[in-house]
Amino acid sequence: MSASETPKAPGLLDGKYSPTRPLAASGQLFAFALDVMRALPKRPFQIREFIQQTWFVASVTIMPTALVAIPFGAVIALQLGSLTRQLGAESFTGSAAVLAVLREASPIVTALLIAGAGGSAICADLGARKIRDEIDAMEVLGISPIQRLVVPRVLASMVVAVLLNGLVSVVGVAGGYFFNVILQGGTPGAYLASFSALAQVEDFWSGELKALVFGLIAGIVASYKGLRAGGGPKGVGDAVNQSVVITFLLLFAVNFVMTALYFQLVPPKGS
Amino acid sequence: MGVAVEVDGLTKSFGSQNIWSDVTLTLPPGEISVLLGPSGTGKSVFLKSLVGLLKPERGSIVINDTDIVRTSEHRLYEIRKLFGVLFQDGALFGSMNLFDNIAFPLREHTRKSESEVRRIVLEKMDMVGLQGAEGKLPGEISGGMRKRAGLARALVLDPEIILFDEPDSGLDPVRVAYLNQLIVDLNAQIDATFLIVTHDIGTARTVPDNLGLLFRRNLVMFGPREQLLTSQEPVVRQFLNGRREGPIGMSEEKDVAQVEAEMAALEARGGDSHNGIGPKGASGGEAVPPQLEPSEGLPERQGARRRQERVARMLHEFDETTAAAIRRSLPEDLLARADAGAYAPTTGTNGRHWAADADSGATATTATAVLPRRREGDG
Repeated sequence: MSASETPKAPGLLDGKYSPTRPLAASGQLFAFALDVMRALPKRPFQIREFIQQTWFVASVTIMPTALVAIPFGAVIALQLGSLTRQLGAESFTGSAAVLAVLREASPIVTALLIAGAGGSAICADLGARKIRDEIDAMEVLGISPIQRLVVPRVLASMVVAVLLNGLVSVVGVAGGYFFNVILQGGTPGAYLASFSALAQVEDFWSGELKALVFGLIAGIVASYKGLRAGGGPKGVGDAVNQSVVITFLLLFAVNFVMTALYFQLVPPKGS
Repeated sequence: MGVAVEVDGLTKSFGSQNIWSDVTLTLPPGEISVLLGPSGTGKSVFLKSLVGLLKPERGSIVINDTDIVRTSEHRLYEIRKLFGVLFQDGALFGSMNLFDNIAFPLREHTRKSESEVRRIVLEKMDMVGLQGAEGKLPGEISGGMRKRAGLARALVLDPEIILFDEPDSGLDPVRVAYLNQLIVDLNAQIDATFLIVTHDIGTARTVPDNLGLLFRRNLVMFGPREQLLTSQEPVVRQFLNGRREGPIGMSEEKDVAQVEAEMAALEARGGDSHNGIGPKGASGGEAVPPQLEPSEGLPERQGARRRQERVARMLHEFDETTAAAIRRSLPEDLLARADAGAYAPTTGTNGRHWAADADSGATATTATAVLPRRREGDG
């Protein structure tokens, strides 16, 4: 509801183009994340909503993820196949493919899908509830939407992200194997035997940890944007759009930081 | 009995845009109040502020000795359990059927058994006339049914304060009449404090005990219904008669000369009483139509008697027309007491006119209900 008169625009157009606006927005997002953290241990835990949401996020992400993972694994296999041949290191093809999939490809594919499919679905759902006054109604009924709706969704997106990462790893490696052995004429034995030549278990754990953090960020950004949707159906569309863009930006930045940290903290195999 | 809501000096802005400032009013416990105002004057914002969904910059809203503008988030969630709010479109949860929607607050806040939840839900659905619609989804029913279902959900925790955001919007006049009767009946049954935000003048003239009008970022007036219905304030007159002539313009305020010219033309036609019928039940000049009574078989509204005693105390504050209109609504015994000077001007009550005078207990006749005492030593 807005009063009929136009704002008088003192200074910088009512703060609309103020240089501090991005700071305020990031601060609000961070404050929201803290609110979610604080609501996390609160009883009663919404187990039903959590299971429903996990199922929901899984159902919108599993198929697209698997379908993206296959060509992703294939591209890596093709690139590595020709590269290792040029270098004369064909025996390391399998090892390099596993390394590439586990360390980078799989968290990135997970990030894309959890933000693009899972996050957008969460944001659209919460945004639609917001503009129908359902969120306000819930607050008025004395129920915190953060505890009742956001916490189960954030946890669900974290769980699903971790599981998706495992799925992408398997499908990606299998896809790589298929393309290398069947299409490029690589030797199956060499491919499999070199699996553990360069890769180590820590690579897998780092991928899973990344996925967990990605799920957390995607869930929080999607919920934050959804709960702040306004201005009718268009507002929900805008919120979904912004949530996906913001999540991508954050995920790729965080991915860079986590990768850099990983190389500092975990020594490469054989050194 | 419902609880009072004391709003003092409330000011709300969005950015540099002031919505309203310095709104001071008191919703007397157990009475029905209506807040009117042209579109865009922040009536919904006011409702949302009352339940703590929006934070006004200045002022206070005191309910049960808690200022909900400044209280902690935790306490706010506790206070909100006193409220039932009917949102404009019912605000039902789209993924649940009507039964689950209405049972939702019970399941979240109480440890009642499923059979007891069922009993309460069916009772409330019966109250609003929704028997047999338990399994329907909100998307499958009409707007009127959604409103009534929203009302049933608001009632399920036995609230002390019920807020209605435009209960008449999107309904036909007959359904509005039924809904108004339902509101009065509910008030008789549960004796909660009601606040209705509306544009419908028919509702404003017949339903409430108290009327208020928001205009130009201010509360123009708030008081017993007779005060607004007989008021000579140009904005109030224009709004209650639903005419174009007056200070309220289509989008902006009008300039003074134009308003004066319009008013002169209106007077030449014979004033409001000859102005015909306006939209949304707006008509009737300064008439004070009789208030809606609860349906037969229901108890008397306790709020009605409390209100009579409250306004009897305030009689001296009004001008002659208003006082005469109020006198017509009062029973003999109260009039006699008022004329005998038993209700000396109440001082130092901060507008809380229902607070009992120190001597009222001594002079009370048997016919007089005991006035509610909110706080000892208050006034």
